[in-house]
Amino acid sequence: MLAYLIRRLIQAALILLGVSFITFFLLFVLPADPVRQIAGRSATPETVANIRHQLGLDQPFVVQYWRYLTGLFQGDMGRSYLQKTEVATLIAARLPATLLLMLGAIVAELIMGLTLGIVAAIRRGGALDQSLMITSFVAVSAPQFVVGLLLLYVFAVKLSWFPIGGYGSFSNLVLPALTLGIMGSGWYSRMMRSSMIDVLRSDYIRTARAKGLRRFRVLALHAMPNAILPIIAMIGIDIGIFMSGIVVVESVFGWPGIGQLAWQAIQRVDIPIIMGVTLVSACAIVLGNLLADLITPFIDPRIKLR
Amino acid sequence: MIEVRETNAGAGLAPEAAQPVLSVDGLTISVRSEGRERPLVSDLSFTLARGETIAIAGESGSGKSLTSLAIMGLLPPPALHVSAGAIRFQGEDLTRLPESRMRAMRGNRIAMIFQEPMTSLNPVLTIGLQLAEAIRAHEPVTKREARARALEALRRVRISEPERRMGQYPHELSGGMRQRVMIAMALALRPDVLIADEPTTALDVTVQREVLDLLRDLQAEMGTAIILITHDMGVVAEMAARVIVMKQGRAVETGAVAQIFSDPREAYTQDLLAAVPRMGDGSGARAASPEAKPVARLRDVKVRFDIRGGILSQVTHRVHAVEGVSFDIMEGETFSLVGESGCGKSTIAKALTGLVPHQGRIEVAGHTMGGLSGAKMKEMRRDVQIVFQDPMAALDPRMRVGDLVAEPLVIHGIGTPEEQREKVAGLFERVGLTRDQLDRYPHEFSGGQRQRICIARALALQPKLIVADESVSALDVSVQARVLDLLDALKREFGIAYLFISHDMAVVENISDRIAVMYMGQIVEMGTRAQIFGSPQHPYTKRLMAAVPIPDPGRVRPPTPRLSGEVPSPVYKLGEHPQRLSLRNIGNGHLVADIGLGGVL
Repeated sequence: MLAYLIRRLIQAALILLGVSFITFFLLFVLPADPVRQIAGRSATPETVANIRHQLGLDQPFVVQYWRYLTGLFQGDMGRSYLQKTEVATLIAARLPATLLLMLGAIVAELIMGLTLGIVAAIRRGGALDQSLMITSFVAVSAPQFVVGLLLLYVFAVKLSWFPIGGYGSFSNLVLPALTLGIMGSGWYSRMMRSSMIDVLRSDYIRTARAKGLRRFRVLALHAMPNAILPIIAMIGIDIGIFMSGIVVVESVFGWPGIGQLAWQAIQRVDIPIIMGVTLVSACAIVLGNLLADLITPFIDPRIKLR
Repeated sequence: MIEVRETNAGAGLAPEAAQPVLSVDGLTISVRSEGRERPLVSDLSFTLARGETIAIAGESGSGKSLTSLAIMGLLPPPALHVSAGAIRFQGEDLTRLPESRMRAMRGNRIAMIFQEPMTSLNPVLTIGLQLAEAIRAHEPVTKREARARALEALRRVRISEPERRMGQYPHELSGGMRQRVMIAMALALRPDVLIADEPTTALDVTVQREVLDLLRDLQAEMGTAIILITHDMGVVAEMAARVIVMKQGRAVETGAVAQIFSDPREAYTQDLLAAVPRMGDGSGARAASPEAKPVARLRDVKVRFDIRGGILSQVTHRVHAVEGVSFDIMEGETFSLVGESGCGKSTIAKALTGLVPHQGRIEVAGHTMGGLSGAKMKEMRRDVQIVFQDPMAALDPRMRVGDLVAEPLVIHGIGTPEEQREKVAGLFERVGLTRDQLDRYPHEFSGGQRQRICIARALALQPKLIVADESVSALDVSVQARVLDLLDALKREFGIAYLFISHDMAVVENISDRIAVMYMGQIVEMGTRAQIFGSPQHPYTKRLMAAVPIPDPGRVRPPTPRLSGEVPSPVYKLGEHPQRLSLRNIGNGHLVADIGLGGVL
């Protein structure tokens, strides 16, 4: 178990190194010039050259990357070109909001997806099953900005159940979390349905029924844990999918997370922030997957981590 | 043991006298599809007396398993349902019972054990929990009491270390142990009726022996009536007093086992019994002619699989699946490997066909395997073809069977498309199929026909050796007999040699020229059919033979010690090696290992 953990963490470090290299390289070859953004359109060539030199952007790629990497190892993620603040400080201020949003989205999508999937599996082939699966299809295909605006219109503007935007209380979280999680809930309901149908056909469910167990016990204790197994690995992958979603959701709801930070940084070619957000996202994805793999043996005793 | 047989026989005469515990009356089970009703079981009637064992025998599709599910009230709705007749248990018609009352009956008064012990227990719950919940579902006991009774039930099925088993998960137990757990679960509440649906079909022959003995002992102790569903006439002869022979949903013949075996009235029963392979004394073996050359030579072949662990995932343990095996297969010879699951017999087949890497020396038709270039390897593969156990899994469902059989010819670039098609048509006719079936898909054929297609495919390249890995095990006995006849005819016609791998000792005796008995990756005895079956020497060989159920109800089996041994696993730490057996020639090439392996032998 410990050996497994150490091996996975070494792998994670290598993945992050790879991500940092690729992102840095892409930003290097990008035609957009950060110096132009900082200096403004009217700056003289001397000013531009000066700024370029100050930021070290006149150095060859390898030197720049090496500098960034050594900084990173000392816990220095660099300074924002435009906000003149430490990237680490900027991200630290906004990361809790994003993590909260993701957690809310995961809870929302699991509750919606698993419930609908189980109900559909039990009522397989019936009208309820079919309408649920159509609903899930809509949930999967609807773009997040449409879902977000729709939820805002219905629940915030018309019904006034939840605030339009803002951050701080549980009621602020509901609509953004639903918006971010709704696509996942569509996936999960379909996966849970087919997984549950497979499990309900299995020999051990027949054994459970042959023992004379109550239907609820057969479903909750014998079928559920087995059906949920293939889904756990998906939760780790979800965090990656969320990373692209939060950029949209955070701007629709004015949520002060790193999605907004990233969006502003991309528009202004603020390389240190883009690098920082990318690395933090990569970290979240890697850790999310690791966490999912660590949870699995607690549900499935056949899986041994080594 | 002999006493148990007699009580069984006595119970067999009882139904007229005693009140039956279960009576099935005109049972008809139908399937609803596309608005039409089609009966799968028609007008089946029988009674079961207290403590009696009745066998329902038949081939696949005979409706024997559906009947058992109907008694349990577990027919999968909505398509399958009881459309006529009654199942009376203690005066009540189970087919009309509401689900809540039927649920109270299940597992309590009527219990069931299933064919597949590997999949019949929930993989994520402990053995103890699964046993205890069966008790708590029907009796108002505390968790503690339920666990205590679960433990007692485990002790009764003579499982090793019952306390430890309670906390274990199904995957930590062998197939035989799992089936013991299933029996413990089924009998924990002392049901009146136990339905055993092919309870030993998935088990090795020695484990089958243990489970059958156990069922009989527990029945004598508790007076449970057993409905034994099986395709194995040997099991019928040993276990049951009466038998119902079913075919396509109808009872063909019903009667006392002794009478059915000695004097079957219906043609179908006669055919069924005639098709059952029987073990004899190994006489009538044809020795390979002295001038025959070996097709395959194996010398000190080892196959090991690495088990990795640690931070750098280095090799920590090795599975010694095959350990220093040597034998020759002569031209036109059928050489059989027998042994229990995990003994390495299938691994040898894989090594011989180049599907797993091996150490040691394997020669096929004079060429040494291993270290061959791609082209050489391909050429060698022409000489060795394989026929697998499950013909459905071995045929691509989206390809026409004609194309499937032609594929080896296409891969090796033999002939024009017209010639290939002509050749395939010829092969089809040779294996008993027709030319007009070439353009059909695998699902349109029965199991036996599919295996014929696999055989035709193996023949396409005119190999010198065909590896038949449990190739007839999944087939019904009558189909099995015909496929074995075909294999034998092909051998004479083309001079092919077979490496025949099977767990079924009777089949092996019927078709083999020479036999090797394997245990934990090594050969413990090897010789001609007459040597192995006529005078088995090694204790393990003797144990295998003694375990086989004999399809002869008149034969009284000598009492055997009740076994609950487990086959140890051939996993060793890096650097450790299993003890190597040395084979001694005791005359005429009959080789016997002179020391045992582990503590089991």
